[in-house]
Amino acid sequence: MNSNTPLIAILVSSIFVNNIILMRFIGLCSFFGVSNRLSSALGMSLAVTFVMSLATTISWLIYNFVLIPLNLVFLKIIVFILVISSLVQLVELFMKKNLPMLFKALGIYLPLITTNCAILGVTFLVVDYKFNFLQSIVFAVGTATGYSLAIILFSSIRERLEIAPLPNAVKGYGIVFITAAIMSLSFMGLIGLFGF
Amino acid sequence: MKKIIQIFLNGILKENPVLIMAIGLCPVLACSTTATDAVGMSIAATFVLVCSNFIVSMIRKIIPTQIRIPVFIVIIATFTTIVDYVMQAYAPRLSDNLGVFVPLIVVNCIILARAEAFAYKNSVVHSIVDGLGMGFGFFVAIVSLGIIREFLGSGTIFNSKPILSNPAVIMILPPGAFLVIGCLVTLVKYIENKVKKDKKKIVSNLPSECEGCTMKLICIGQLQANIKKSG
Repeated sequence: MNSNTPLIAILVSSIFVNNIILMRFIGLCSFFGVSNRLSSALGMSLAVTFVMSLATTISWLIYNFVLIPLNLVFLKIIVFILVISSLVQLVELFMKKNLPMLFKALGIYLPLITTNCAILGVTFLVVDYKFNFLQSIVFAVGTATGYSLAIILFSSIRERLEIAPLPNAVKGYGIVFITAAIMSLSFMGLIGLFGF
Repeated sequence: MKKIIQIFLNGILKENPVLIMAIGLCPVLACSTTATDAVGMSIAATFVLVCSNFIVSMIRKIIPTQIRIPVFIVIIATFTTIVDYVMQAYAPRLSDNLGVFVPLIVVNCIILARAEAFAYKNSVVHSIVDGLGMGFGFFVAIVSLGIIREFLGSGTIFNSKPILSNPAVIMILPPGAFLVIGCLVTLVKYIENKVKKDKKKIVSNLPSECEGCTMKLICIGQLQANIKKSG
Protein backbone atom coordinates (compact mmCIF):
# COMPACT_ATOMS: atom_id res chain seq x y z
CA MET A 1 0.00 0.00 0.00
CA ASN A 2 1.12 3.57 -0.61
CA SER A 3 -0.22 7.09 -0.83
CA ASN A 4 -2.06 6.33 -4.11
CA THR A 5 -4.19 3.50 -2.77
CA PRO A 6 -7.93 4.38 -2.95
CA LEU A 7 -9.77 4.71 0.35
CA ILE A 8 -12.16 1.80 -0.18
CA ALA A 9 -9.25 -0.52 -0.90
CA ILE A 10 -7.50 0.60 2.30
CA LEU A 11 -10.66 -0.05 4.29
CA VAL A 12 -11.30 -3.55 2.93
CA SER A 13 -7.66 -4.52 3.11
CA SER A 14 -7.24 -3.38 6.71
CA ILE A 15 -10.40 -5.14 7.90
CA PHE A 16 -10.15 -8.46 6.06
CA VAL A 17 -7.16 -9.11 3.81
CA ASN A 18 -4.42 -7.72 6.03
CA ASN A 19 -6.26 -8.29 9.31
CA ILE A 20 -3.97 -6.86 11.96
CA ILE A 21 -4.13 -9.89 14.26
CA LEU A 22 -4.55 -12.92 12.05
CA MET A 23 -2.38 -11.78 9.13
CA ARG A 24 0.08 -9.24 10.54
CA PHE A 25 0.51 -10.61 14.08
CA ILE A 26 0.31 -7.22 15.79
CA GLY A 27 -1.59 -6.93 19.08
CA LEU A 28 -1.51 -10.61 19.98
CA CYS A 29 -0.95 -10.11 23.73
CA SER A 30 -4.31 -8.48 24.28
CA PHE A 31 -5.91 -10.76 21.70
CA PHE A 32 -5.04 -13.88 23.69
CA GLY A 33 -5.22 -12.12 27.05
CA VAL A 34 -8.75 -10.76 27.12
CA SER A 35 -10.56 -13.03 24.67
CA ASN A 36 -11.68 -15.58 27.27
CA ARG A 37 -15.05 -13.83 27.74
CA LEU A 38 -17.24 -12.26 25.07
CA SER A 39 -18.03 -9.30 27.34
CA SER A 40 -14.37 -8.44 27.96
CA ALA A 41 -13.63 -8.83 24.24
CA LEU A 42 -16.40 -6.34 23.48
CA GLY A 43 -15.05 -3.86 26.03
CA MET A 44 -11.49 -4.18 24.77
CA SER A 45 -12.48 -3.78 21.12
CA LEU A 46 -14.48 -0.63 21.89
CA ALA A 47 -11.56 0.85 23.83
CA VAL A 48 -9.10 -0.08 21.06
CA THR A 49 -11.31 1.43 18.33
CA PHE A 50 -11.62 4.67 20.26
CA VAL A 51 -7.96 5.07 21.20
CA MET A 52 -6.60 3.82 17.86
CA SER A 53 -8.52 6.40 15.81
CA LEU A 54 -7.53 9.20 18.18
CA ALA A 55 -3.89 8.15 18.53
CA THR A 56 -3.35 7.74 14.78
CA THR A 57 -4.83 11.17 14.06
CA ILE A 58 -2.70 12.91 16.67
CA SER A 59 0.52 11.07 15.89
CA TRP A 60 0.06 11.74 12.14
CA LEU A 61 -0.30 15.46 12.88
CA ILE A 62 2.73 15.48 15.17
CA TYR A 63 4.86 13.48 12.73
CA ASN A 64 4.06 15.65 9.71
CA PHE A 65 3.87 19.08 11.33
CA VAL A 66 6.44 18.80 14.14
CA LEU A 67 8.93 15.98 13.60
CA ILE A 68 9.53 16.39 9.85
CA PRO A 69 9.95 20.22 9.83
CA LEU A 70 12.28 20.05 12.84
CA ASN A 71 14.29 17.10 11.45
CA LEU A 72 13.51 15.01 14.50
CA VAL A 73 12.26 11.88 12.73
CA PHE A 74 14.68 9.72 14.72
CA LEU A 75 12.67 10.50 17.86
CA LYS A 76 9.49 8.98 16.45
CA ILE A 77 9.51 5.84 18.62
CA ILE A 78 9.82 7.81 21.86
CA VAL A 79 7.38 10.52 20.77
CA PHE A 80 4.69 8.09 19.57
CA ILE A 81 4.74 5.94 22.70
CA LEU A 82 4.60 9.02 24.91
CA VAL A 83 1.72 10.46 22.87
CA ILE A 84 -0.20 7.23 23.24
CA SER A 85 0.40 6.79 26.96
CA SER A 86 -0.47 10.39 27.79
CA LEU A 87 -3.51 10.20 25.50
CA VAL A 88 -4.74 7.11 27.34
CA GLN A 89 -4.30 8.91 30.66
CA LEU A 90 -6.19 11.94 29.37
CA VAL A 91 -9.03 9.84 27.99
CA GLU A 92 -9.22 8.01 31.30
CA LEU A 93 -9.45 11.25 33.30
CA PHE A 94 -11.96 12.78 30.90
CA MET A 95 -14.18 9.68 30.95
CA LYS A 96 -14.05 9.39 34.72
CA LYS A 97 -15.30 12.96 35.09
CA ASN A 98 -17.76 13.34 32.21
CA LEU A 99 -18.81 9.88 31.05
CA PRO A 100 -18.92 7.69 34.16
CA MET A 101 -21.08 5.06 32.45
CA LEU A 102 -18.57 4.57 29.65
CA PHE A 103 -15.72 4.62 32.17
CA LYS A 104 -17.33 1.78 34.10
CA ALA A 105 -17.48 -0.32 30.94
CA LEU A 106 -14.06 0.49 29.47
CA GLY A 107 -12.09 1.64 32.53
CA ILE A 108 -10.09 -1.50 33.20
CA TYR A 109 -9.07 -1.93 29.58
CA LEU A 110 -7.68 1.55 29.12
CA PRO A 111 -4.37 1.10 31.03
CA LEU A 112 -3.72 -2.11 29.08
CA ILE A 113 -3.92 -0.16 25.83
CA THR A 114 -0.68 1.69 26.50
CA THR A 115 1.23 -1.54 25.97
CA ASN A 116 -1.04 -2.75 23.16
CA CYS A 117 1.20 -3.08 20.13
CA ALA A 118 -1.77 -2.72 17.76
CA ILE A 119 -2.11 0.99 18.56
CA LEU A 120 1.60 1.76 18.23
CA GLY A 121 1.89 -0.55 15.22
CA VAL A 122 -0.75 1.37 13.27
CA THR A 123 0.99 4.70 13.92
CA PHE A 124 4.24 3.26 12.53
CA LEU A 125 2.54 1.60 9.54
CA VAL A 126 0.86 4.88 8.60
CA VAL A 127 4.29 6.54 8.53
CA ASP A 128 5.82 3.62 6.59
CA TYR A 129 3.09 3.68 3.93
CA LYS A 130 3.34 7.51 3.64
CA PHE A 131 -0.46 7.85 3.88
CA ASN A 132 -2.13 11.27 3.75
CA PHE A 133 -4.38 12.46 6.56
CA LEU A 134 -7.67 11.00 5.29
CA GLN A 135 -6.06 7.68 4.34
CA SER A 136 -4.53 7.43 7.81
CA ILE A 137 -7.87 7.85 9.52
CA VAL A 138 -9.54 5.31 7.23
CA PHE A 139 -6.68 2.90 7.84
CA ALA A 140 -6.95 3.34 11.63
CA VAL A 141 -10.72 2.82 11.67
CA GLY A 142 -10.46 -0.18 9.34
CA THR A 143 -7.70 -1.77 11.39
CA ALA A 144 -9.67 -1.25 14.60
CA THR A 145 -12.71 -2.86 12.96
CA GLY A 146 -10.56 -5.79 11.88
CA TYR A 147 -9.22 -6.12 15.43
CA SER A 148 -12.74 -6.08 16.89
CA LEU A 149 -13.98 -8.59 14.32
CA ALA A 150 -11.19 -11.03 15.09
CA ILE A 151 -11.34 -10.74 18.89
CA ILE A 152 -15.14 -10.97 19.08
CA LEU A 153 -15.30 -14.04 16.81
CA PHE A 154 -12.43 -15.61 18.71
CA SER A 155 -13.91 -15.04 22.17
CA SER A 156 -17.20 -16.64 21.15
CA ILE A 157 -15.26 -19.71 20.03
CA ARG A 158 -13.23 -19.76 23.25
CA GLU A 159 -16.34 -19.65 25.42
CA ARG A 160 -17.44 -22.89 23.76
CA LEU A 161 -13.97 -24.44 23.98
CA GLU A 162 -14.11 -24.18 27.76
CA ILE A 163 -16.80 -26.84 28.02
CA ALA A 164 -15.28 -29.07 25.35
CA PRO A 165 -13.59 -32.29 26.54
CA LEU A 166 -9.86 -31.88 25.75
CA PRO A 167 -6.65 -33.76 26.60
CA ASN A 168 -4.79 -32.11 29.50
CA ALA A 169 -1.75 -31.00 27.50
CA VAL A 170 -3.80 -29.09 24.91
CA LYS A 171 -5.82 -27.21 27.52
CA GLY A 172 -4.94 -23.57 28.00
CA TYR A 173 -2.81 -21.92 25.35
CA GLY A 174 -2.28 -24.97 23.12
CA ILE A 175 -5.85 -25.22 21.83
CA VAL A 176 -6.14 -21.43 21.73
CA PHE A 177 -3.23 -21.15 19.28
CA ILE A 178 -4.52 -23.99 17.13
CA THR A 179 -7.96 -22.34 16.99
CA ALA A 180 -6.29 -19.12 15.91
CA ALA A 181 -4.47 -21.06 13.17
CA ILE A 182 -7.77 -22.27 11.75
CA MET A 183 -9.26 -18.77 11.92
CA SER A 184 -6.20 -17.36 10.20
CA LEU A 185 -6.53 -20.03 7.52
CA SER A 186 -10.10 -18.94 6.84
CA PHE A 187 -9.05 -15.28 6.60
CA MET A 188 -6.44 -16.29 4.02
CA GLY A 189 -9.31 -17.21 1.74
CA LEU A 190 -9.89 -13.47 1.32
CA ILE A 191 -6.47 -12.81 -0.23
CA GLY A 192 -6.92 -11.36 -3.70
CA LEU A 193 -9.96 -9.29 -2.78
CA PHE A 194 -9.54 -5.82 -4.39
CA GLY A 195 -6.17 -6.89 -5.75
CA PHE A 196 -4.42 -7.35 -2.38
CA MET B 1 26.77 -17.49 42.56
CA LYS B 2 24.14 -20.17 43.03
CA LYS B 3 21.44 -17.53 42.95
CA ILE B 4 22.80 -16.08 39.69
CA ILE B 5 22.62 -19.45 37.95
CA GLN B 6 19.14 -19.95 39.33
CA ILE B 7 17.97 -16.57 37.97
CA PHE B 8 19.48 -17.35 34.56
CA LEU B 9 17.84 -20.78 34.32
CA ASN B 10 14.54 -19.38 35.56
CA GLY B 11 14.14 -17.40 32.34
CA ILE B 12 14.83 -20.41 30.15
CA LEU B 13 12.85 -23.13 31.88
CA LYS B 14 10.45 -22.28 34.67
CA GLU B 15 9.29 -18.88 33.48
CA ASN B 16 10.08 -19.06 29.78
CA PRO B 17 8.40 -15.87 28.60
CA VAL B 18 7.02 -17.32 25.37
CA LEU B 19 6.36 -21.00 25.92
CA ILE B 20 5.14 -20.90 29.53
CA MET B 21 3.86 -17.37 30.09
CA ALA B 22 2.72 -16.66 26.49
CA ILE B 23 3.82 -13.02 26.48
CA GLY B 24 5.70 -11.12 23.78
CA LEU B 25 4.10 -13.22 21.08
CA CYS B 26 3.91 -10.73 18.22
CA PRO B 27 7.60 -10.83 17.18
CA VAL B 28 7.80 -14.57 17.88
CA LEU B 29 5.11 -15.35 15.33
CA ALA B 30 5.85 -12.61 12.82
CA CYS B 31 9.65 -12.85 12.67
CA SER B 32 10.02 -16.62 12.55
CA THR B 33 9.46 -17.26 8.84
CA THR B 34 13.19 -17.99 8.53
CA ALA B 35 15.68 -19.01 11.20
CA THR B 36 17.99 -16.10 10.28
CA ASP B 37 15.28 -13.50 10.92
CA ALA B 38 14.49 -15.23 14.20
CA VAL B 39 18.10 -14.97 15.37
CA GLY B 40 18.23 -11.28 14.40
CA MET B 41 15.00 -10.51 16.23
CA SER B 42 16.03 -12.31 19.40
CA ILE B 43 19.41 -10.55 19.51
CA ALA B 44 17.72 -7.16 19.11
CA ALA B 45 15.14 -7.89 21.80
CA THR B 46 17.72 -9.33 24.21
CA PHE B 47 19.92 -6.25 23.81
CA VAL B 48 17.02 -3.95 24.70
CA LEU B 49 15.97 -6.22 27.56
CA VAL B 50 19.42 -6.39 29.16
CA CYS B 51 20.11 -2.66 28.74
CA SER B 52 16.73 -1.59 30.11
CA ASN B 53 17.04 -3.99 33.06
CA PHE B 54 20.51 -2.54 33.75
CA ILE B 55 19.39 1.09 33.71
CA VAL B 56 16.15 0.47 35.60
CA SER B 57 17.87 -1.44 38.39
CA MET B 58 20.59 1.22 38.58
CA ILE B 59 18.18 4.12 39.06
CA ARG B 60 15.40 2.19 40.80
CA LYS B 61 15.87 4.05 44.07
CA ILE B 62 15.36 7.49 42.52
CA ILE B 63 12.34 6.67 40.31
CA PRO B 64 9.15 7.90 42.02
CA THR B 65 6.66 5.02 42.32
CA GLN B 66 3.77 6.85 40.65
CA ILE B 67 5.53 7.64 37.38
CA ARG B 68 7.70 4.55 37.09
CA ILE B 69 5.85 3.06 34.08
CA PRO B 70 6.42 6.16 31.87
CA VAL B 71 10.06 6.19 33.00
CA PHE B 72 10.47 2.53 32.02
CA ILE B 73 8.84 3.21 28.66
CA VAL B 74 11.20 6.10 27.88
CA ILE B 75 14.24 3.99 28.80
CA ILE B 76 13.04 1.09 26.64
CA ALA B 77 12.16 3.43 23.75
CA THR B 78 15.66 4.93 23.80
CA PHE B 79 17.34 1.55 23.43
CA THR B 80 14.82 0.49 20.78
CA THR B 81 15.69 3.58 18.76
CA ILE B 82 19.39 2.67 19.02
CA VAL B 83 18.70 -0.90 17.83
CA ASP B 84 16.50 0.35 14.99
CA TYR B 85 19.13 2.73 13.61
CA VAL B 86 22.07 0.35 14.10
CA MET B 87 20.15 -2.37 12.28
CA GLN B 88 19.24 -0.02 9.40
CA ALA B 89 22.90 0.92 9.03
CA TYR B 90 24.64 -2.44 9.38
CA ALA B 91 21.97 -5.05 8.50
CA PRO B 92 19.60 -3.37 6.03
CA ARG B 93 18.22 -6.68 4.67
CA LEU B 94 17.35 -7.90 8.16
CA SER B 95 15.84 -4.52 8.97
CA ASP B 96 13.61 -4.76 5.87
CA ASN B 97 12.52 -8.30 6.75
CA LEU B 98 11.64 -7.45 10.35
CA GLY B 99 9.98 -4.18 9.30
CA VAL B 100 7.64 -2.63 11.84
CA PHE B 101 8.54 -5.21 14.48
CA VAL B 102 11.85 -3.53 15.32
CA PRO B 103 10.21 -0.32 16.62
CA LEU B 104 7.52 -2.49 18.21
CA ILE B 105 10.11 -3.96 20.59
CA VAL B 106 9.23 -0.94 22.71
CA VAL B 107 5.83 -2.41 23.62
CA ASN B 108 7.08 -5.98 23.94
CA CYS B 109 5.39 -7.18 27.12
CA ILE B 110 8.44 -9.22 28.18
CA ILE B 111 10.65 -6.15 28.52
CA LEU B 112 8.17 -3.99 30.43
CA ALA B 113 7.16 -6.94 32.61
CA ARG B 114 10.78 -7.68 33.56
CA ALA B 115 11.50 -4.02 34.30
CA GLU B 116 8.46 -3.90 36.55
CA ALA B 117 8.55 -7.34 38.13
CA PHE B 118 12.30 -7.87 38.48
CA ALA B 119 14.67 -4.98 37.74
CA TYR B 120 12.70 -2.51 39.84
CA LYS B 121 13.21 -4.68 42.92
CA ASN B 122 16.64 -6.29 42.44
CA SER B 123 20.33 -5.39 42.27
CA VAL B 124 22.16 -4.46 39.05
CA VAL B 125 24.01 -7.76 38.62
CA HIS B 126 20.93 -9.88 39.24
CA SER B 127 18.90 -7.75 36.82
CA ILE B 128 21.46 -8.14 34.03
CA VAL B 129 21.51 -11.91 34.57
CA ASP B 130 17.71 -11.96 34.56
CA GLY B 131 17.72 -10.03 31.28
CA LEU B 132 20.18 -12.49 29.76
CA GLY B 133 18.18 -15.49 30.98
CA MET B 134 14.85 -14.15 29.73
CA GLY B 135 16.49 -13.11 26.47
CA PHE B 136 17.89 -16.61 26.05
CA GLY B 137 14.49 -18.13 26.80
CA PHE B 138 13.03 -15.87 24.11
CA PHE B 139 15.87 -16.89 21.76
CA VAL B 140 15.18 -20.61 22.31
CA ALA B 141 11.47 -20.18 21.58
CA ILE B 142 11.73 -17.95 18.51
CA VAL B 143 14.66 -19.80 16.91
CA SER B 144 13.11 -23.24 17.36
CA LEU B 145 9.93 -21.86 15.81
CA GLY B 146 11.99 -20.32 13.00
CA ILE B 147 13.88 -23.53 12.27
CA ILE B 148 10.71 -25.66 12.23
CA ARG B 149 8.82 -23.21 10.03
CA GLU B 150 11.69 -22.67 7.61
CA PHE B 151 12.31 -26.40 7.33
CA LEU B 152 8.67 -27.33 6.74
CA GLY B 153 7.74 -24.23 4.73
CA SER B 154 10.71 -23.64 2.42
CA GLY B 155 12.64 -26.88 2.95
CA THR B 156 15.85 -25.13 4.07
CA ILE B 157 17.64 -24.43 7.36
CA PHE B 158 19.45 -21.07 7.76
CA ASN B 159 19.14 -20.46 3.98
CA SER B 160 20.96 -23.71 3.15
CA LYS B 161 20.39 -25.79 0.02
CA PRO B 162 16.83 -27.18 -0.15
CA ILE B 163 16.48 -30.36 1.89
CA LEU B 164 12.78 -31.03 1.34
CA SER B 165 11.69 -31.25 -2.27
CA ASN B 166 8.02 -30.41 -1.71
CA PRO B 167 7.76 -27.96 1.20
CA ALA B 168 4.37 -27.06 2.68
CA VAL B 169 4.20 -23.35 1.92
CA ILE B 170 1.41 -22.88 4.48
CA MET B 171 4.03 -23.14 7.24
CA ILE B 172 5.68 -19.84 6.34
CA LEU B 173 2.28 -18.14 5.99
CA PRO B 174 0.42 -16.79 9.06
CA PRO B 175 -1.66 -19.92 9.85
CA GLY B 176 1.52 -22.01 10.03
CA ALA B 177 2.92 -19.75 12.75
CA PHE B 178 -0.11 -20.24 14.98
CA LEU B 179 -0.12 -23.97 14.30
CA VAL B 180 3.57 -24.52 15.09
CA ILE B 181 3.51 -22.46 18.29
CA GLY B 182 0.32 -24.26 19.35
CA CYS B 183 2.09 -27.59 18.93
CA LEU B 184 5.22 -26.34 20.74
CA VAL B 185 3.24 -25.02 23.72
CA THR B 186 1.32 -28.30 23.88
CA LEU B 187 4.58 -30.26 23.82
CA VAL B 188 6.10 -28.14 26.60
CA LYS B 189 3.00 -28.56 28.72
CA TYR B 190 2.94 -32.32 28.10
CA ILE B 191 6.55 -32.65 29.25
CA GLU B 192 5.89 -30.37 32.22
CA ASN B 193 2.93 -32.51 33.30
CA LYS B 194 5.03 -35.64 32.98
CA VAL B 195 8.03 -34.31 34.88
CA LYS B 196 6.35 -32.78 37.89
CA LYS B 197 3.00 -33.74 39.26
CA ASP B 198 2.83 -31.01 41.91
CA LYS B 199 3.26 -27.90 39.81
CA LYS B 200 3.27 -24.68 41.77
CA LYS B 201 1.37 -21.78 40.35
CA ILE B 202 3.53 -18.77 39.56
CA VAL B 203 0.69 -16.40 40.29
CA SER B 204 -1.67 -16.87 43.18
CA ASN B 205 -4.21 -14.79 45.10
CA LEU B 206 -5.57 -13.23 41.92
CA PRO B 207 -9.17 -12.77 40.81
CA SER B 208 -10.19 -15.57 38.45
CA GLU B 209 -10.57 -13.16 35.50
CA CYS B 210 -6.83 -12.49 35.63
CA GLU B 211 -5.95 -16.14 35.01
CA GLY B 212 -5.67 -15.91 31.23
CA CYS B 213 -4.47 -12.34 31.02
CA THR B 214 -0.98 -11.70 29.77
CA MET B 215 -0.78 -8.36 31.54
CA LYS B 216 -1.14 -9.93 34.97
CA LEU B 217 2.55 -9.47 35.77
CA ILE B 218 2.29 -5.73 35.33
CA CYS B 219 -0.97 -5.63 37.29
CA ILE B 220 0.57 -7.58 40.16
CA GLY B 221 3.44 -5.11 40.34
CA GLN B 222 0.95 -2.28 40.64
CA LEU B 223 -1.00 -4.20 43.26
CA GLN B 224 2.11 -4.80 45.34
CA ALA B 225 3.18 -1.18 45.04
CA ASN B 226 -0.24 -0.05 46.27
CA ILE B 227 -0.07 -2.45 49.20
CA LYS B 228 3.41 -1.20 50.07
CA LYS B 229 2.26 2.41 49.89
CA SER B 230 -0.81 1.92 52.02
CA GLY B 231 1.08 0.20 54.75
